[in-house]
Amino acid sequence: MPAQGGSSHPVPPQKREHALKKYIPLAAVAVILLAGCTPTPEKTTLVLVTHDSFALSEGTLEKFTEQTGIEVQVQAGGDAGELANKLVLTKDSPLGDVVFGIDNTFASRVVNNDVLLPYVSTDLTDAESQYLLPEGSGGGYLTPIDTGDVCINIDHAWFAEKGIAEPTTLAQLADDETYKDLLVVEAANSSSPGLAFLLATIAAFDEQGQDAWQQYWGGLMNNGVKIAASWSDAYYVDFSGPSSEGDRPLVVSYASSPPFEPAGATGVMLDSCFRQTEYAGVIAGTEHEKEAKQLVDFLFSTTVQNDIPENMYVFPVNAKATLPAGWENVQVAENPWFIDPAAIDANREEWLAVWAAIAQQ
Amino acid sequence: MGGYRAAIAAAAIVPLAFVGVFFAWPVAHMVSLGFLDGFGGFAEALSRPRTLRIIGQTIAQAGLATLICVALGLPVAHVLYRLRFRGQRLLRAIVIVPFVLPTVVVGIAFRTLFRDTALDGSFLAILLALVFFNIAVVVRTVGSSWESLDPRQEEAAAALGASPVRVFFSVTTRRLLPSIVSAASVVFLFCSTAFGVVLVLGGTRFGTIETEIWLLTTQFLDLRAASVLSVTQLVVVVVLLAVAARARGRSLAQKRASRPRPIRRSDAVAVFLTLLTAAALMAPLATLLVRSLEVDGAFSLRNYAALATTGTRNALVVPVWQALGNSLAMAAAATGIAVTVGLLASILLSRTPRSAGGRRALEVVDGTLMLPLGVSAVTVGFGFLITLNTPPFDLRSSAVLVPIAQALIALPLVVRTLLPMLRSVDSRMRESAAVLGASPLRVLATIDLGLARRPILAASGFAFAVALGEFGATTFLSRAERPTLPVVIYRLIGLPGGDNFGMALAASVVLASVTVVVLAAVERLHSSKIGSF
Repeated sequence: MPAQGGSSHPVPPQKREHALKKYIPLAAVAVILLAGCTPTPEKTTLVLVTHDSFALSEGTLEKFTEQTGIEVQVQAGGDAGELANKLVLTKDSPLGDVVFGIDNTFASRVVNNDVLLPYVSTDLTDAESQYLLPEGSGGGYLTPIDTGDVCINIDHAWFAEKGIAEPTTLAQLADDETYKDLLVVEAANSSSPGLAFLLATIAAFDEQGQDAWQQYWGGLMNNGVKIAASWSDAYYVDFSGPSSEGDRPLVVSYASSPPFEPAGATGVMLDSCFRQTEYAGVIAGTEHEKEAKQLVDFLFSTTVQNDIPENMYVFPVNAKATLPAGWENVQVAENPWFIDPAAIDANREEWLAVWAAIAQQ
Repeated sequence: MGGYRAAIAAAAIVPLAFVGVFFAWPVAHMVSLGFLDGFGGFAEALSRPRTLRIIGQTIAQAGLATLICVALGLPVAHVLYRLRFRGQRLLRAIVIVPFVLPTVVVGIAFRTLFRDTALDGSFLAILLALVFFNIAVVVRTVGSSWESLDPRQEEAAAALGASPVRVFFSVTTRRLLPSIVSAASVVFLFCSTAFGVVLVLGGTRFGTIETEIWLLTTQFLDLRAASVLSVTQLVVVVVLLAVAARARGRSLAQKRASRPRPIRRSDAVAVFLTLLTAAALMAPLATLLVRSLEVDGAFSLRNYAALATTGTRNALVVPVWQALGNSLAMAAAATGIAVTVGLLASILLSRTPRSAGGRRALEVVDGTLMLPLGVSAVTVGFGFLITLNTPPFDLRSSAVLVPIAQALIALPLVVRTLLPMLRSVDSRMRESAAVLGASPLRVLATIDLGLARRPILAASGFAFAVALGEFGATTFLSRAERPTLPVVIYRLIGLPGGDNFGMALAASVVLASVTVVVLAAVERLHSSKIGSF
């Protein structure tokens, strides 16, 4: 700063003070402007916190507003794991009133951290009881909304062309040289279908001893399994299906993926499926407990349930829901692999560490 | 003097308050959660072999990528900013395109290129991708200060018989050093916090501090280990910035608007490297373009027609064009914030206080403004959630948070572009103006801001591009009903079926094209200003 410049224009002290003060109201206005952007609700507005994949047809949530006069604002919060952790971290000043998208792999973490109020929709019947979580793993706190399987998808054309029989069991993928270099999976520590597939293998080889899944993964590695970071990466780059670029005819994806491909082009390997069920619950600390419960009921109602398949590519849990055309052809495993959510939560970190070492991730 | 002091005080308060509220406070709160029961986590986390491996990998990856960016970026900056030829503006805009593309799309383009080669899943693939994304930082930062470098020193050296190579290394590089170091430190910070591209191309095998913090925070809720890594990240960044500040020194280069000259024979190597770089940047982009124009193996515009819809089976909440509108609006707001705050900060930082304490304080401010680039977006994002929850900052569900977060990331780039220019303003010009009777504020407005007009334009274009392509913080904070283009692309690419994939590629091409158009327009504005001062 040039000395002359300053001294040639002396400013009396009171003026200097004045100049400083001028900026205080400016700053105050800025703060008010920023804060003013949050709308002040006249009627009750519920904030529905969801994962990123949440989607319903236009007008579906508006039906809830028509029925009850309650507005709903959707706040997406990352993938299932991120969503669960956000809720735990913000439990002293909750992000919203209702959460949708907690799955069976994260349910016990959320419930054990006192994030939710005890409530399960009273509209549930015996037909849906199979989806209820065990006591201590979310039972009494979470209402099932949708369910879908993570399964290995098969490119039928590839196997037909090569004249090779399609694999039917998980074991074949590790032992059988025929299936060398054919499978691509997602990394269990960076992808949720990847984690589901790891859990399927843990459940599948549990009978052969607690650590049998580790030998299985050693076998998969020897048999040339490829590990991609994300679902889109595995599905679009490595998989050989009709809309993909790659050369591997087996990919870990969803049971609902084949209907998106040309009819009959791909299918699922039923022995590889792990079921993911997603739940809704009332967030503790809500000022609108009664309304929040109404919203959970609404998510379970056929209005939402009928709309779920075409928007989120999973099945509704409500037995009264009607499936859209084409969905009756989706193959569903009768006995998908299952692990108690409490066991998943207790062991997730250790399992992933062991898996990472075997899979060199 | 008083009005001037007050202006400087205001220039100091705004950026510090901005970074304090929207960065320092959330990060400090989040990190403190990991140390609720003492600092025992340090010894434990730092003794895990995995942690050490990850810290080493982060530094190696970012360091090597930065070196390559500088080595390739300098000749490109020379060709694009010192020479004059047809298509130059377009080329300048193309260089920055990779910078705004969503990492998930680029990751897929790279993997498609590398599949079946030894590069797939290799360390080299990650390095190449990091260079692909960040070379624009070097080209633009160095380029804009190079173009206003007085060429007479080089001419004198050449006249005295120095070869072009010698002139370059002993005269030009020295004078450009401040902006080279600036650009290199920004690139290093970007690379060391790269997330999506590292995961897609290398998986967690080549994990960095950033991917590990993400894993620990979002998947394991292991806040102790995450906080240890966040602190480690901070330490690495602060050390780097201190070294950079020392190396950068204060620019003494004489500035003078210089006219670009036509290409000469001595530019052959630089032109060759520029063409090579441009080709390498275009390869993944071309893959995207070609693939977006293909439906069921035949040429088709169907993917582009689909952009007016919400996709097959309601894949999206809003049509892609509407998402583009959201993106442009938010990016414009973010640019406004970043340039205003960045300009105030740069004015402050360009002063030379008389006391040593004052100078040190400015160095600290300078470093603080750079930190948002070097700290994990996960830590900042979660920090937002647990701090910005009480009035007057009850902003968690507010739409303004998106441009604020984008501005936070663009701010360091704005400062690094403006500061070298403001610092090089010859103090005699200010003195003459003052002697002629101009008030200090008027001196600031006419001399400093007058000279900074070009860098301000360059910085605005850059900030806009960063905001347009920003994905990590945006997806974390954006409201479901107002998604931006990158958020929509991410959603589309996460769904099965050729229609959605094709639409995601078409949307990426649109994002890239919009960036080129906006930046080319800025370039036009920018070059028409030559000679106006």
